[in-house]
This record gives sequence, C-alpha cells and structure tokens, in this order.
Amino acid sequence: MRVLLVDDEEELVATLAERLDMRGITTTWVTDYRAALAAVEQEEFDIALLDVRLPEMNGLDLKRLIAERRPAMKFIFLTGHGSEEDFKACSAETGREYYLIKPVQIEVLMAKLNEIAQC
Amino acid sequence: MHERLKRFTPGFLDHHDQSSGMYKSLFNFRQLWKQSIVTTLAVVLLPLFTLTIVDYIISKNALESELLLRTARLVSNTRRTLTSYFDERKFALNFLTLDNTYDQLLDEQRLKHLLENLKSGLGEWSDLGVIDHTGIQRNYAGPYPLQGMDYSSQEWYQKLSYTDTDSYHETVSMRSNISEVFLGFRNTPHIVISVLHSNILGLDWLHYVLRASLDIDRLNNILSHTEVSGNGDAFLINQKGIIQTPSRHYGDIMKKFPLAVPPVSDRTEVVEGLDHQGRAIVTGYAYITGTPFILMVIKQKDNLMQTWVSTGGKLLIFLAGSVLAIVAVVVGICTYLVNSIYQADQKRLASLHQVEYANKMASIGRLSAGVAHEINNPLAIINEKAGLIKDLFTFRQEYAGDQRLIGLVESIIASVERCATITRQMLNFARNIQVNVQKLSLKQVVDDVLEFQTKEAGYRSIAINVDIPEEIPEFFSDRGKLQQVFINLVNNAFAAMKDGGRLDIKSRLSVDGTQIVTTVSDTGCGIPTENIKKIFEPFFTTKSGSGGTGLGLSITYGLVKEIGGSIDIESIVDKGTTFIITLPLDYHAEKGGTHARTVG
Repeated sequence: MRVLLVDDEEELVATLAERLDMRGITTTWVTDYRAALAAVEQEEFDIALLDVRLPEMNGLDLKRLIAERRPAMKFIFLTGHGSEEDFKACSAETGREYYLIKPVQIEVLMAKLNEIAQC
Repeated sequence: MHERLKRFTPGFLDHHDQSSGMYKSLFNFRQLWKQSIVTTLAVVLLPLFTLTIVDYIISKNALESELLLRTARLVSNTRRTLTSYFDERKFALNFLTLDNTYDQLLDEQRLKHLLENLKSGLGEWSDLGVIDHTGIQRNYAGPYPLQGMDYSSQEWYQKLSYTDTDSYHETVSMRSNISEVFLGFRNTPHIVISVLHSNILGLDWLHYVLRASLDIDRLNNILSHTEVSGNGDAFLINQKGIIQTPSRHYGDIMKKFPLAVPPVSDRTEVVEGLDHQGRAIVTGYAYITGTPFILMVIKQKDNLMQTWVSTGGKLLIFLAGSVLAIVAVVVGICTYLVNSIYQADQKRLASLHQVEYANKMASIGRLSAGVAHEINNPLAIINEKAGLIKDLFTFRQEYAGDQRLIGLVESIIASVERCATITRQMLNFARNIQVNVQKLSLKQVVDDVLEFQTKEAGYRSIAINVDIPEEIPEFFSDRGKLQQVFINLVNNAFAAMKDGGRLDIKSRLSVDGTQIVTTVSDTGCGIPTENIKKIFEPFFTTKSGSGGTGLGLSITYGLVKEIGGSIDIESIVDKGTTFIITLPLDYHAEKGGTHARTVG
C-alpha cells in the first residue's frame, strides 16, 4: 500500500510517515500542495491522507486536483477542527465518512487505511 | 383562606424588581396599577360628581323659587278674597245709610228690620247701631243694652268722626273703619265695621256713624278653606302681632304671634326664615288695606321639600350604586391590563435571558472549538513523537527490554489520549453534525439507554422507575442525539446518587398537547442554587479530581437544543435533582439546524 501524506506540520507528517513505514506501508510525505501535486505526477499512490487546513490551498481543493490526475486514488481527511462545514465537506468529497480528528491513534489510522484499501 | 385569596391576587402585586436603573419606574407595576386606577376614576367620576352637584343645586333652587312663587300667588289670591269680603260688608252698611234717612235709621223698628234683612242674607251680623256726631249711640238693634252708649272717646270713633275743622274729602264720601278682632260682652271673637255718613241737611252738614258687629266664623271659613300645602297655615294677625283668626301652629286666637310682625308693604311679600321652633318656613304675607289685618300664609319648607328629598335619596342610592359599579369595572380592567403588561414583561425577560444564555453558549462553543483546534495540532505531534518512540522500542530489539522507558512512553500516550478526549468533547459541544430525523418511540429510546445501565443499577441497588404512558405518541426526532441526552442524564444521576437511590423517568404531554415533557429525577446529593445557573456551562464540574471534564451537561444542553427542545433543572440539596426535557412533537430538521448553529 502506497500512501501520500500531506500536512503543513512537518514534525507531525514526518513522524507519522516513519511510523507507517514501520508497519509496512510505503509513504511519501509533503508539506504543501505544490509538492503534493508533484509527487502525484511522479509516483502512483493508493491513498492520500490530507490535512483539511493547508496553507494556500485547502485539503478539499487539493483532493479535487489530485483526483483529476489519479481518479483511482482514495482519500482520508485529517482535521484538528471540528466545525460542521469541515465534516460535511469531508463526507461530500469522499462519499463516505473518511475523516479523522487529530490526534489520531496509530491503530485507528491503520484500521481506516485497511478498510479503504479493501473497498 | 389566605391561600385562596392569594390565588386571585394578580402576580404583579407581589413583584419586586431587583434591577435598578434609568427605567426602573416603568416596571413598578404596583404603582402603574394605582396610577391607572386613580386617573381613570378621576376622569370618570369627576364629571359625574360635578354634574350631580350642579343638578342638585339647580333643581333645589328651581323648586324653592317655584315654592316662593306658589306662596306669593296664594297670598295674593287670598288677599283679594279678603279685601272683597270686607268691601262687601262696608258697601252693605253704606247702602243702608244711602237708602235710609237719618230719621229712618233712628227708628227702632226700622233698624231691627234692617238687621233682620242683613242677617237673612249673611247670618254673621249680630247687631247694628247708629251713633250721632257727638259719639252717643242713638239707636241700637241687637242683643245687648247699648242704647245711649258714648263712643266719643274711642279711638275708632275719633278716626271716623268728622269735625268742622277738617276739610271733607269728596272722593271719600264714605269713610269706614274695620276694627281688630275682640271678644266683647259676648266673649266670642268678632269684628266691628263702622261707616261714617255725611249729608247736607238744609245748610248744615249731618254726620253720623252706622256701626255693625260681625262674627268671624265666615272669615275663618275663608281662611281655613284656603288650600295651603306643606302642612301650612293661613291666618290673620293685627299690626300689633295679635293672632286674629285660628292658626294651626302659631297659637290661639287673641294670643301673641310668636314671630316678628312683618314690615309694612303695599304688595304681597314672600320671605324665607326660621320659625320660633327653629323649623325652616316660607312666609307669605300681605297688609290688607283699609283693615288692621295682615294676612299670613306660613308653609313648612321641610314638608314641601319632602318629595324632592325622597326622590333625591333614591337618586343618591342610584349614584352610589353607579359609583360602586364604575369603581369595580375600573379596578377590574386596570388589574387585567396591568397584569397583561406584567405577564408580557415577564415573558420578555424570560426570552431575553434565554437569548442571552444561548448567545453565551454560542460564544463558549466557538471559543472551545478554537481552543480544541489549536491544541489538537501540537497534541497530534506529541502523540506521533511518543508513538514513534514506542514504535522504536517495540520494533527494535535494543530498547525492547527496557520496560521503564516503554512505561514512560505509554504514560505520555495515555495523557495525550486523555487530552484528546477533552478536545473531542469540546468539539462535540461546538459542532453540529447533520440531524438524522426519524419517527421514534420515546419509551423505546429510554429502554435502549437503560439496558446498558441495569447492571450497574443492580450492583448499586438503585431502583429505576420508568413511567412513559401509552398516550405519548411516536414523534420525529434524532434517535442518536436523544439517546446521548438520556445516557448523559442517567450517568449524571448515577454519579450523584449513593447506593440504594432511586431514579425516576416520567413523561407526559404538555397542556397544549404539542410537546412531550420528560423528567429525569434522582435522589442524589442535589445541586446548590449558586451552581444551578452554571450547570450547563462547559468545564463546570463538581467532580474535581475524579476525571470529570465538565462537558457532559453542556453537551446535553447542546443536543437538546439541536433537536428543537429545551432543558431545565430543579434541585434541592440532599434531596435530589430533576432535569426537565421538553421536546416538540412536530420537529423539523431545519428548525433544529438554526438552533444548532447558534451553539456551534
């Protein structure tokens, strides 16, 4: 399973990537939307884990851009904010309730990834 | 009794506004009530009283002047009758002097005959006498031996007798005198009429007087048949104030009239005053010309005003009744109006407080969402770093044996998880997930919730009593949120109670049938009054140190609002707490949405 991690908090995203690597998941992490788009151009991913609040472009818009390039990719949104708009938007974007609230336990994240991979 | 009275006392009478400030006087309902009653009564009653008083004065004056007028008319008519009475008798005597020569009159038989003739017409004549110019009675017909009587020294004779020094007045060819009433020899009241006759006999003037006595019965008749209203009295007095004909109220004949003799006047006069017994009277009088008599007509004013007084009394009772009715109506209307204003104001205050509270909760919601978000990111980093350390310990053999380090990391992760629970609850409080409305049965929801709790209840011997009657219909609401509400409240109740407590869940329809009112009561420790106000605020907790986040009830509050209901609390320390949840029967998701947004 190849996963793209996008979060502006480098400390968070790098650590998370390392932990997922330890669990046998191939990860690439970036901290802004340009790098994310570039990564998608270069490699193939099964799943993208996107922060909703990103600088310059939010996670939802970024998801649309990525989905145009890679229609088969699936998405999980990570959010630190519990606003109604965020949740509604996340569900609308993924067609399912694929969103997680930070901080997320690694077991919960793994379960979600496996669930999506099997869909 | 006191309690029953209290039920009918409008609420504003006991209202004491705690607040103070510029417009405080506007909310002094008691004063408003008093002012409106006084003003309305003044506006209504003042014209009524003014009209009543004016009308009283006008009608009294009209009646009095009518009374005076009637008295004046009566006096003047009676006076005319009396004048003609006396004139007739004077003319009768005068006719005798003209129809008979002096010599004829001196004839005893002739005089007797004339007296008989007079008597046959008018029985009142009692004697007849002829007195010559020297004052000696020359002839007499009557029951007394008065022949040769000398009258020259008597006042009446002196007034009549003609002396040579006087100039004879042509127009008064007949000079006459009418005496006052006196008793005389017969001891019966009578008057004497004297007529002076002057005649040229050859070259000399012949003067003599024809004198007759009359009983006053006829005179009495005239006066006693006069219709005097008001227990009145018509009689004659002389100018010295001696009563001349019988009076009903002012003394017997020949007695002194108890009141002052009225002043001389040519005309009929009417005056008001008091009599000797202090009674209000109307006195009409007239001097009867050519006689010593004054006609008195005295009416007692009280009697005359009797009808007016009794009518006035009835009107006064009517007025009092009207005033009572007006006062009752005005007080009733003012009380109703002020009470309506008071109740409207109370409702306004209540909704103001509600809005204030909702706004406060909304601000807290926004704040907690912001705080949760800001903390979540660093928390996530701590979580991942600690997780990585743990992963390293777990996946790499060189650290795996160090249990103490793994314990430390797990402790960090546990603390992070605890923080995450708090921030998630904060977000829960703030956020509004789409409401999922479905038809549901309240009893089913409550039973589902209690299913999880029966074990703990049994363990702690807490009695659970559910009373949700059959008539509570199924209604539309969000099952998940409703369940959450009951879970929170039941947990809360369990936490408040010692072992062996009692939990009651009861439902009923509201009075208007549009809402379901559910009460969740426990027999726990209760909540002090000062805490009740803060009970729904986030982070308010009394369970210090026991891991309570203080968010349970604030989330419950938010959930109830989201599904269009309201929650209230009643609590008595050491007795227990009752939560009252009111839910609409016809709930619409859109409505709930607006509620929720103010919170989120």
